[in-house]
Amino acid sequence: MAAASHSTAARASAHAAHGAGHVVSLKVYFAIFAALMVLTAVTVGVAYVDLGVMNTFVALAVAVTKATLVILFFMHVKYSTKLTWLVVASGFFFLAIMIAFTLADFVSRGWLGTPGS
Amino acid sequence: MSDSHVRVDAHGYEYAHQFDSAEHQHSASQLGMWVFIAQEILFFGGLFLTYTVYRYAYPAAFAQSSHHLDVTLGCFNTAVLIGSSLTMALAVHGAQLGRRWTQVIFLVLTIVLGSVFLGVKAIEYGHKFHEHLVPGPNFVFDGDAAHAQIFFSLYFVMTGLHALHMVIGIAILAVLVWQAWRGAYTPGYYSPVELTGLYWHFVDIVWIFLFPLLYLIGRHH
Repeated sequence: MAAASHSTAARASAHAAHGAGHVVSLKVYFAIFAALMVLTAVTVGVAYVDLGVMNTFVALAVAVTKATLVILFFMHVKYSTKLTWLVVASGFFFLAIMIAFTLADFVSRGWLGTPGS
Repeated sequence: MSDSHVRVDAHGYEYAHQFDSAEHQHSASQLGMWVFIAQEILFFGGLFLTYTVYRYAYPAAFAQSSHHLDVTLGCFNTAVLIGSSLTMALAVHGAQLGRRWTQVIFLVLTIVLGSVFLGVKAIEYGHKFHEHLVPGPNFVFDGDAAHAQIFFSLYFVMTGLHALHMVIGIAILAVLVWQAWRGAYTPGYYSPVELTGLYWHFVDIVWIFLFPLLYLIGRHH
């Protein structure tokens, strides 16, 4: 395991004997696939139940869960280097900034009224 | 690849001279692909943000418009796309273990499932044309037509851009099938298969959000 001494590849090197990257077992892939199908059924089912404003949040929570499963297992981020984790997190961090700051403007319009009217 | 810039590690895997090992080379290419995907997150993010702002402004028109989309076809396509992510993951798995036929078969299956998705999408677009739900002078809508047009504009741009990504993905997969067939990928070098997988799964994630946000709003009414 001479390759394990390279710090940047340390996380991915645990299974170096199998090749250049981590080999995920087929069981994991099929389990994630099953979970994604079940969550799809859940999101469709919940859409027909009246939860008020919570319908949207439940739909988004299910979608975020599905996306997380895809990213961690199908996209192998669970087994990737810390630098890859940082890039993935930064992508979503800037997305959150874009959405939060824009909505802070749109949602708060009209709260204070217009001066002079 | 038999020049002086290629080195061979303890496992017999070749790698370019600027890296420490084949794994180092592989993790560097993964990182590069994630930089591209981070950009794609913000690219699609702009559209999701536009959707959020208009849906916040016109919730009734959005819910009413959503009822004109076909949940059955949308649900079928979601299952097809998740299935294609599984076949893509299995193709990468085959490449990692150096199984040439497994790679070729699952790459072809991914192309087939991707094409089924695009075929269903084309049928849905056809229905929208017949129902006069394409924004423009011929748009006909029983209700808040002006704001329903905003919903359908977003529907066509978001699903259209998503479909364009799939067409590009299928073209790249076709090249991979040819390369895998020739035996270009080994357990020490399969980065093109892995990176195409990352791209394909990202496109799947975009759909995971598009499906509930476009097809399933206001369904309980």
